[in-house]
Amino acid sequence: MTQRWPIILFALVMAALPLVPEIPPFWIVLLNNIGLAALVAMGLVLLTGVGGLTSFGQAAFCGFGAYTTAVLSTAYGVSPWLTLPLALIVSGLAAVVLGLITVRLSGHYLPLGTLAWSLGLYYLFGKLEFVGRNDGISAIPPLEIGAWRMLDAGSIYYVIWIAVILSAVLTTNLLDSRTGRGIRALRRGHIAAEAFGVNTARAKLLVFIYAAVLAGLSGWLYAHFLRAVTPTPFGVHASIEYLFIAVVGGAGYIWGGVLGAVIVIVLKEILQSYLPLIFGGQGQLELIVFGLVLVALVHLAPGGVWPWLAGLLPFKRRPPRIDTSLHLAARPATELPPVLLQLEGARKQFGGVVAVNDVSFSVKPKEIVALIGPNGAGKSTTFNLITRVLDSSSGRITVCGTDVAGTTPQQIARLGVARTFQHVKLVPDMTVLENVALGAHLRGRSGTFASMLRLDRADEAKLLAEATRQIERVGLKDQIDQLAGSLSLGQQRIVEIARALCVDPVLLLLDEPAAGLRHMEKQQLAALLRQLRDGGMSILLVEHDMGFVMDLADRIVVLDFGTKIAEGTPDTIKTNPDVIRAYLGAAA
Amino acid sequence: MLEGGPALNTTILLFLLQDGITNGAVYALLGLAMVLVFAVTRVILIPQGEFVAYGALTYATLATGQIPGTAMLAVVMGLVAFAFDLFAARKAFRPKVILRAVAVDIVFPVVVLALTWGLAGRTNAIPVNIALSLLIVAAIGLFLYRIAFQPIAHTSVLVLLIASVGAHLALEGFGLIFFGAEGLRGPAISNAMITIGQLQITGQSLAVYGITIALIVALWLFFDFTLYGKALRATAVNRLGARLVGIRTSLSGQMAFLLASVIGAISGILIVPITTLYYDTGFIVGLKGFVAAIIGGLISYPITAAAAIVVGLVEAFSSFYASNYKEVIVFTLIIPVLVLRSLAAPDVEEEKE
Repeated sequence: MTQRWPIILFALVMAALPLVPEIPPFWIVLLNNIGLAALVAMGLVLLTGVGGLTSFGQAAFCGFGAYTTAVLSTAYGVSPWLTLPLALIVSGLAAVVLGLITVRLSGHYLPLGTLAWSLGLYYLFGKLEFVGRNDGISAIPPLEIGAWRMLDAGSIYYVIWIAVILSAVLTTNLLDSRTGRGIRALRRGHIAAEAFGVNTARAKLLVFIYAAVLAGLSGWLYAHFLRAVTPTPFGVHASIEYLFIAVVGGAGYIWGGVLGAVIVIVLKEILQSYLPLIFGGQGQLELIVFGLVLVALVHLAPGGVWPWLAGLLPFKRRPPRIDTSLHLAARPATELPPVLLQLEGARKQFGGVVAVNDVSFSVKPKEIVALIGPNGAGKSTTFNLITRVLDSSSGRITVCGTDVAGTTPQQIARLGVARTFQHVKLVPDMTVLENVALGAHLRGRSGTFASMLRLDRADEAKLLAEATRQIERVGLKDQIDQLAGSLSLGQQRIVEIARALCVDPVLLLLDEPAAGLRHMEKQQLAALLRQLRDGGMSILLVEHDMGFVMDLADRIVVLDFGTKIAEGTPDTIKTNPDVIRAYLGAAA
Repeated sequence: MLEGGPALNTTILLFLLQDGITNGAVYALLGLAMVLVFAVTRVILIPQGEFVAYGALTYATLATGQIPGTAMLAVVMGLVAFAFDLFAARKAFRPKVILRAVAVDIVFPVVVLALTWGLAGRTNAIPVNIALSLLIVAAIGLFLYRIAFQPIAHTSVLVLLIASVGAHLALEGFGLIFFGAEGLRGPAISNAMITIGQLQITGQSLAVYGITIALIVALWLFFDFTLYGKALRATAVNRLGARLVGIRTSLSGQMAFLLASVIGAISGILIVPITTLYYDTGFIVGLKGFVAAIIGGLISYPITAAAAIVVGLVEAFSSFYASNYKEVIVFTLIIPVLVLRSLAAPDVEEEKE
């Protein structure tokens, strides 16, 4: 999918750089520092820019990596190459522990929580005897290959940049996969991702660990590059700087992390070496200017520099070629139960407000049931009870004979229930294809490592083929490679339907699918829904367009103020006095 | 690694309690200011520490009869803010707007600088120095919002935070230039000493308690009983809604920063007679206020105040039992609180855009 040659070109340029005659050795040191920072920033891109989890603690994970190898290689004489996996494991384990505590924090608590433990860890590094307190550990052995001891900046340069480029490639692969789509959906909130079977808690922990391991790798390299460690580079200021690097470069882009590292580190270096020449050696002028430039950059380019630069570069992302002859395994054709969905006295109270008041109805196979009612009648809340976004206060809801009490939204998706949302929940910066492929999440199997190493391609091709088929089915073939956010609201609703179809559902829940559609589009939608029903699917839909509902639905359930006031065929509902009263007021 | 240390007796206990509550009171003020600023502007106010240091060191410098560099900084920032105001008003040039900008951005800091110039070099009464310090820091706080945050008020919390970090770095650098790397101490507000049995209470501690309580009550009265206070709260709840009913949210932001900088400066002035403050001490003091603010969930004033006292006490007692691990303990204190909070208030997904 992504073109390979820019990366190969970049790798060749980086490999050739130290061979340029008379390149100042200092530049190589600078490039090493850029590489080290880029690794951490890349983790933050995944964590913060893509996953939406802001962390102030990345430098602490560098500390875990650096101290692990420092202690083992000095006090115990373990070979630095052996400490590499250990350093990564220690940072990863630290991330598991800290992640379990902090990742489930919601909203602003998460960054604040990371700030707290990162401060705590910084002081801990400075106080613990076996890591040398504030003096740290020195005389760390250099990396060696055979007789080649990497003592100078020019030799470890290659190790650092191989690590950077390798990490960038693996991370790009990861994001462009089934697991990656789950991660990229996190930022738009957990509800939509979970409705399609993504275990969001696990996905969050995964990116948290991934970012920590990259930071740990950077720490390991740092320890063997400088051959001494102290607590200072692992403190909060450093963590904030990494975050800053990611934001300046472009927090949503892997190469933004690398670019951000270049900008920030070169800028700091220039400020440190030239400002004293201009203003005399007074004070921490570079700190002031750095701070001011930071504020100015955020004002001028809140989205980062990479997206702007990438727009100027000649190579464009090529849309993926999809072989639509591939097929995912369909849901095993078992005999459907006589009742697909059954609500018995379902109730939801928010404090004193009864949003859904002991509602009972059912949906049978091959049936289109419409749920209608004035605004605030409890229709969307009913959807949320069925899909387990909300806990019911009392009553019983069964899907295909399974009581949903105590299940998760992912399990509901597994049972074959797919839904769309009243307020569209697509990832705006993913293409239509990628958004729809998220719907097939549960039908793929490839995990994190397979995705990173591109062992997932066969599985992935089937997922994308299925997504393409569903997009063609709903008539959005021409928009397949556009970003979802660039579509009209009506089209976005249709994309949501395609995504739901990717689940291969037995029951489709549609929340106001026709809102924002033009007359012709509504007719096409109605035709599609009828076709789906005739193919064996059941549909429960909430809709305000009465013409659309009356034409389409086999049965209608009417809610008013949370209570079911009527149920029947469209014709009986049209003439039901209670329904007329609810919609038009008592005088009618 | 815990030290055996001396046994806890009544004298030490009372001393630790007093120390903890005094520090806690200061943290409470800072925590309240952070809650205020976050609620109104969504900015996590990292430069709060600089307000503390600027207040304290300006006051201490004035007490030595010199002119603090912060007074000049206020004028320069005012000029920049004026340029921003002019730029913002370029499409609709209304005399009233320009006059306000001149008055707030130029006349106000220049008058403060003139006053400082006129009064410095003499031994002023302490209240005069306090008033001058507060005016200077208030001007800096106000202009900081105008320059660094008002133009990007609509962006994400993360972007605001990065700007906040930038402001912190720049202000800290200026602090080093103005006040040097040496620490300063200021004269106490009160040298009185009251002895009750084994308990010795300094007048300074009493001043800390009194002013903290007075400020908390004042904030409460302000937010609950004045139109401006209600406007600030409305902005905090819903920016768009507040604008629709005619509240100028940029003004709310300026007000929040003004209040926060004054509160920060007061905290600094209160502690500078007790401990030596350096140009960069404010950061860590501010962070402890921040811990209290987080425990209060960045929403609740009473919980923040109570949490701040707890932070002060934990700090005092851990410096007695495990002084090496004082900071570790203080900063990890909030993790269990955060976990409890997020368990108690499960993730509610807000509809964005």
